[in-house]
This record gives sequence, structure tokens and C-alpha cells, in this order.
Amino acid sequence: MTDTYTRLVSKGLGRDVAKKLGLPQPAVLRRYEPGQPLISGPVLVEGSSPGADALAAQLLEWDLDVRRHAVPKERLGAIVLVLDDLESPADLEQPVLTAAPSLRDLAPNGRVVTVSRASDGATPAAAAVRQGVDGLLRSLAKELRAGATGNGIVLAEDVSATSPAALGALSFFLSGRSAFVDGQFVRIGSTAGRLPADADKPLAGKVAVVTGAARGIGAAIARTLHRDGATVVVVDIPTAGDHLADVANEVRGTALQLDVSRDDAGQRIIDHAVGRHGHLDIVVHNAGITRDKLLVNMDHGRWSSVIGVNIAAQLRINEELLASEHFRSAPRIVSVASTSGIAGNRGQTNYAASKGGVIGMVRATAPLLAERGGSINAVAPGFIETEMTARIPFATREVARRLNSLQQGGRPEDVAEAIAFLASDAAGGISGEVLRVCGQNLVGA
Amino acid sequence: MSVDGQSVTGPEETTNVRAAGSPQSLREAQSLREAQALRKAVVVGGNRIPFARTGGAYTKSSNQDMLTAALDGLIARFGLQDERIGEVAAGAVLKHSRDFNLTREAVLGSALSAETPAYDLQQACATGLETVLGLGNKIRLGQIQSAIAGGVDSASDAPIAVSEGLREVLLDLNRAKALPQRLQILARLRPKDLAPDAPNTGEPRTGLSMGEHQALTTAQWKITRQAQDELAYNSHRNLAAAYEAGFFDDLLTPYRGLSRDSNLRADTTLEKLASLKPVFGRNLGSEATMTAGNSTPLTDGASTVLLASEEWADQHGLPKLATVLDGEAAAVDFVHGKDGLLMAPAFAVPRLLARNGLTLDDIDFFEIHEAFAGTVLSTLAAWEDEEFGRTRLGLDGAFGKVDRARLNVNGSSLAAGHPFAATGGRIVASLAKMLHAKGTVDGRPALGLISVCAAGGQGVVALLEAH
Repeated sequence: MTDTYTRLVSKGLGRDVAKKLGLPQPAVLRRYEPGQPLISGPVLVEGSSPGADALAAQLLEWDLDVRRHAVPKERLGAIVLVLDDLESPADLEQPVLTAAPSLRDLAPNGRVVTVSRASDGATPAAAAVRQGVDGLLRSLAKELRAGATGNGIVLAEDVSATSPAALGALSFFLSGRSAFVDGQFVRIGSTAGRLPADADKPLAGKVAVVTGAARGIGAAIARTLHRDGATVVVVDIPTAGDHLADVANEVRGTALQLDVSRDDAGQRIIDHAVGRHGHLDIVVHNAGITRDKLLVNMDHGRWSSVIGVNIAAQLRINEELLASEHFRSAPRIVSVASTSGIAGNRGQTNYAASKGGVIGMVRATAPLLAERGGSINAVAPGFIETEMTARIPFATREVARRLNSLQQGGRPEDVAEAIAFLASDAAGGISGEVLRVCGQNLVGA
Repeated sequence: MSVDGQSVTGPEETTNVRAAGSPQSLREAQSLREAQALRKAVVVGGNRIPFARTGGAYTKSSNQDMLTAALDGLIARFGLQDERIGEVAAGAVLKHSRDFNLTREAVLGSALSAETPAYDLQQACATGLETVLGLGNKIRLGQIQSAIAGGVDSASDAPIAVSEGLREVLLDLNRAKALPQRLQILARLRPKDLAPDAPNTGEPRTGLSMGEHQALTTAQWKITRQAQDELAYNSHRNLAAAYEAGFFDDLLTPYRGLSRDSNLRADTTLEKLASLKPVFGRNLGSEATMTAGNSTPLTDGASTVLLASEEWADQHGLPKLATVLDGEAAAVDFVHGKDGLLMAPAFAVPRLLARNGLTLDDIDFFEIHEAFAGTVLSTLAAWEDEEFGRTRLGLDGAFGKVDRARLNVNGSSLAAGHPFAATGGRIVASLAKMLHAKGTVDGRPALGLISVCAAGGQGVVALLEAH
């Protein structure tokens, strides 16, 4: 599963040869470890709005080295472009071109984060500039090199740049937790949410259930939630029980052997979590299967099993969760979607239909969870290095993993980090959203 | 307070040392001891690995591997990582001499706290059930709050001993000091000494295999071939149905690619069973009735059961499925032919039920281990026999009749297989789950009876009650 090529071209002779031949030069990404600083190096906050001032003050409070004006030739850890007061396309040039020369000083694995307003409900001119930020950021992200990424925070009306979830998202984007998230926006829909008391244990005291946790991305999610302080219940089908037990013992949690497509799955999940651990706060719907076939050759078995496990089961479990008295205290649901569900993928009509379905479900369920002070979101992984993708033929795999701005496949931990963020109270103001963890994959952008 | 530098005030010990109802002073402890009735020992749950026919999926697995896997599955199910369990007891019938501390070694290899004590126990096929009774008693006495009982056996990875001749030579050689002396000792070796001494299921005092012994009993009680095949057929059918219903989802953890017992033949038919050739009792003069289909095959596997006091289960948020009420052991004089080798439970059960003021009619689930279909049917026949009741059990007539609809309702050893020491744990965990689901019958808790026969003419039986 290791990406030998990336290791090879990251230093020494390999790096020089790759450079001369014009070959892709993926960087070794900065990934989060407990105790790590949010970001190393100064953070340039560009923008003149009150929001920019408030954000700069907040970053200072986080003990970061904050610049309001670029110092020539100074290596920057990050550039935060605060664009929350733009009213027409003409307003964009000044802050953007002021920040532009500093891109040259951005350190490897640096960050660019835009903070802007949502375009819905705005005047035509305001909507134009706000949507313009979208195109700007996505293009800028493709220009960044050496593991640096660009992502954006979009504020709904009445949500300030320093609302809890905006700060939560900013700290996620600045940190190594977002290593494989690139060219993406998250929308802060409300002022809900709360920053953690301990930044290294944002899920302390929470009980989380992860389905499909016996291996791959699910096991990584379990490990990450445990690392962030949660008590984890790992769920997988009975035939995967041996791997599941290993994961449970590793994360000091409990194993529940359960087929999520059973009618009583939701109730059994609630009973187990509440019976053993006293409460249930977070559910991560990760269990999923693929049964690929061109649509022309598709049969009932392949179609119904994929729809049954990937979306019907999530819907049924969510219904039980929403009806339960045990899922009422700022509950969080995070579903694993897929870039296939957004961009489509040949041979995956059934899978893409199910994953597109997840996205639709998440949007429609958000208001129901808002009534309980909760949230529901999806994470859509792109090319992730797993046992499953390791089985793709070499050439196809090699092309697939380079087709993104970071020129490499992500790791299961990268998906897990995004899920852990969305499962945290710091993301409370984010709901009904789909966050892609794809290194800005070139398809389906 | 510390002993040999080992802290006795670690975090996980706090729960054990200062458990609910624990005395705070010597005086309090004394008065507690005098006043306290026995506690309840409850079955929290169990875990086993699927049982595999010998020479199959677990050929390369040792007893320690399998017992550790079964323990780790149990730990994962109940969140016992780093927990200091009161005591773990397990055993194996076929045991390598290097496994002198098998259970403790398995504990050390598991996710339990390394400060969990453990001991090995061996009582042939009754090993597993006896660990449950012994540990259950310790909990009832208040000596421990939690326990894991279990058993494991591998007929694939069985120990093979060297011959007595070679063994003596090797020991003498080890004691010899000079080369000439060594050569002299080596010269004593004869080719026949090099033949290994493989284990077998023969009884040391009769030389007869267990199957041949049972064939004598089966013939004595005039058990028909058809009756035995029907029992085997029901065992497979019931076990297959239990798997289909998800009954084993929280009783079993897959291992080495197996997620069901490999001996299970869900599609077997009475016709297929009837077509098998007899393998035991072919020289008895009467018709031979025992086949590979109505006898258990050699099997590899391991099982574990989590036992606890009610307080410990509550503190840990764990279920209480059933209470271990009582147990009884018996043995018969099979050497002189007074009773059949595997007939001890026929005596143990009447004693156990009498002591508890119960009859066979009070039992809601019978779990009679199917060493051979003939064993179960001979036992039932003995209980229904007027003369056996009067002369051997000292009753006024027959002991009673077992309602066959309550017998081994989720299958038993004929279908699941029988890794000797692992069978007791399999049965206890399954029965506890069944009792819990049944709840109460006519306003009283459901009752279950377990009967396990064992080599050496022994038998251990136990009574469980729904919690």
C-alpha cells in the first residue's frame, strides 16, 4: 500500500531525476500527530474587514505568529485570505493581488485558507464576487506545490468569521489533519458548535459507533476517534469478526458483530452503546460494499446488495436514531460518500447511485438533526490507498493516484481525520455538507 | 501497600479491591463473612472460535493460539482490555508438556491486564464445564468478582511423545558425563524405540476406544441406528437454523477464515446419514449402528465464558444472562463393566435435580453433549427405564422422560464438533443466551440443564437459571 514512487522522488537522486524529466513530484504530506503545533511558521492574515481583524486576534490567542502585512522573503506557514466583506467582483483584486506575491514564500505543506460569504440570497453583484472566490480558490489550489493546500470557509449570512465552527474549520484546514483535503469549501451554516477544551482530545467523553470498522478506512476511523478521546464501538458483519476484535482491542472499545442491513440494526446499535457505555453521541456510517459491473450487464443481486448496504441501511438506522431518546444531546452523524457519487465512475452505476443517495440523505436529514442541536455530514474520499485499491492493476492505479493536485493517493487516516473533525463539537455549525478528501481530484471537481 | 514492588493500588485494581460491598476493615470483614449468604455467579456472555474438523483450517494453530484468539474475541465483545479479571481457568485434554501454564500464557498474549491470574484444569471432556463450576463457586463465595472459564483442544496439533525406550535413553544420556559412557547408552537404542508414541482416545484400563465403549452401551440399551441418525440429523438442522437466525453473532468470532463450524452439514439428510457404514461395534455380534455421521469427529477449537458477580456486571454495564445454580460430578465403574464408559451423567443428573427439588419436567432446555448419538439416547433410555431407576438410582421407578422438543435445540456436538475441553464453554454460553431470551416460564425463571460425559467413566452436569 505504500507509495514507493512518492518516497523515491522526495529526496536525493530520485528528486533530481524526476525534476529533470518533468515527472510528477508528490510531496510527503504533513500529517497530524497529537501534541503537534497547529502549523509552524508565521500566518499572514490578508483582508481589511472587521472579520479579518477578529480572526487575526483569534490566531494570536492560539499562540500563532500572525502577520497583517507580508514581510518580504519570510517563509510563511499559511495565508488566510479574509474576503467576507466583498460586494462586487471589482472588490476581489485588491486583497488577492496583495497576497499574491506571498505565495512564493509559502513553506512546503503550507496552507491557503479563504474566508468568504455564501452567495445564496445575495445581490447579483455580491453573488458574483462570492461565487468568484470559488473559482479563484480552486484554481489557486492547483497552483500550489510541495504539499501545500488551499481550502475555503464559506460563511452563511449572520455567521461571523469567528463563530465556533468557522474557527473549528480554520484550525482543521491549517493543521496536518487536513493533509489530503485540497481545493474544498465547507459552509458554516450556523453559529452552533463549541471549540474543545483540549485541542488534542476534541472527542473526550463521547461515545462513537463506527460501522464497517474491521479494516481499511473504517479501522482508521476507529483509531482516529479513539485518539481524539472517544469511546468507540466498532461494528462489522459477523464474518469479519476476527479483524473487528483486533480493532476493538487496539482502540480499547467494544466489538459488535452486526450486519447493518438487518432490520433491527439501529436498535441493536443503540442498545449496545447505551447499555455498555451509557450514551451514544456519534454515529459514523462507513460500512459499504462495491459490486462493480457495467450497467448493461447489471443484475438484481449486485444492484440490490449495494443499495441495501450503502444507503438503505443508513436511512433505516438514522430513522431509529432520530426516534431514540438516547440520541438527543448534540448528536452527530457522519456518512462516508464517495467521489464516485459526485463525478460518476464507469462500472459503478449501482455504487454511485448509493453514494449519491448518501449525499441527498445528508442534506435532507440536516434540518431534523438541527432540532436536536446535532449535525449530519458526509465525507467523500477520492483515491485512498487501501487493500481495495491495492488490487487495482498497477498502471491504472498509478494513473488514478496521480490524478489530483497532490499527485498521490490519500491514506485511510486522511479520511478518518475529516470524519473526526465533522464528528466534533467544533464542527457543530456545519451540517448537510459533503467534504471531499481527494487531494483535489481532477475528475468531478 | 506494595508486594514485591508490584503496586496493589493500580487503577484497574481499584474496582476489584474496593468493589461494591467490600469491607473496609478486618472487623467488618469478619462480620460480613458470618452474615453473608452466597452471592450469585452470573454468565455475562461467551465467545468461541468456530470449531474445525481436525486437519482443516486450524491445522497449524496451537492450543495457545486458539485459546488466545477466543479470549481476545471475548475481550473485544465486552471491552475488557487492560482489565484485571479475578481469575481465568481453562484447560486442554491433548496437551503438550510445554503448555504447563497454557491458560496463563494465553492471558499474557491477550489484551487482558497482565496482572490477571490463571490456572489450568483438566478433567477430560468435562474440563470446560468444570472451569465454569469452579470459578462460579469462587464468585459465589466472594473470593473473586469476575472470571473467565474456558477450554481448548487441538487434535491436529496433538503432542507426540517419544517411545519409553528412547525417553529413558535420552534422560540417561543427559545425566552421563563422559563420551564413552554416552556411547554405551546410545548403543542401547533399538529401531523400535524410534517409533513415536501418538495420543489416542483409548481408555488406558481397557484398551478400548471411546467409540468401541459406546458401542457396547448402545447395544446394551438397544438404541437403533435410525434413532441415532435422527438425533444427528436434528443436531445439524438445529445448528444450521441457529446460524441462519444470527444466534451465534454474539457468541462466536471467526478465526483463520472460518466463520461457521466446519463439521456442520446444513444440507445433510436422513438418507445420507443412513448410507454411511458403521465404524464402531462391528465385532459385537449384534448389528453395528454407530457411523461417522452419528459420532463426533475429532475437532479443533476453543471457547470462553465470562462469569461475574451481579455487582461487577452492573458496574461494567454488562448483561447478566443466567445464573450458575449448581453442579454435580459422577463416575462409573466401566472397567468391570458395571456401567457404560459414558453413562456417569445418568447418575449425576438425578442427584443434582434431587438436591434442588427439581424433576426433568421442570427443565426448559436440555443440553446433553453429543459425544455420540448413542450416548445421549442411552442416557435418555436409562432415565426412562423402570429397573434402572429402581436398582441403580434407588427410586420408586423410572427417573423420567426428557421432552425431546427441549433437547439441544440449537444443535450440539454432532454438528458443531467436539474439541474436548472447549465443549463445556460452548454449551454454557449458548444455554445462558437461550435462557435469557426465554426469561420466565409460568412465573419462574427458565431452567437449563447441561450434561457432559468424559473419559475415565466420568460425567459433570450443571444447572443454570435465567437471570
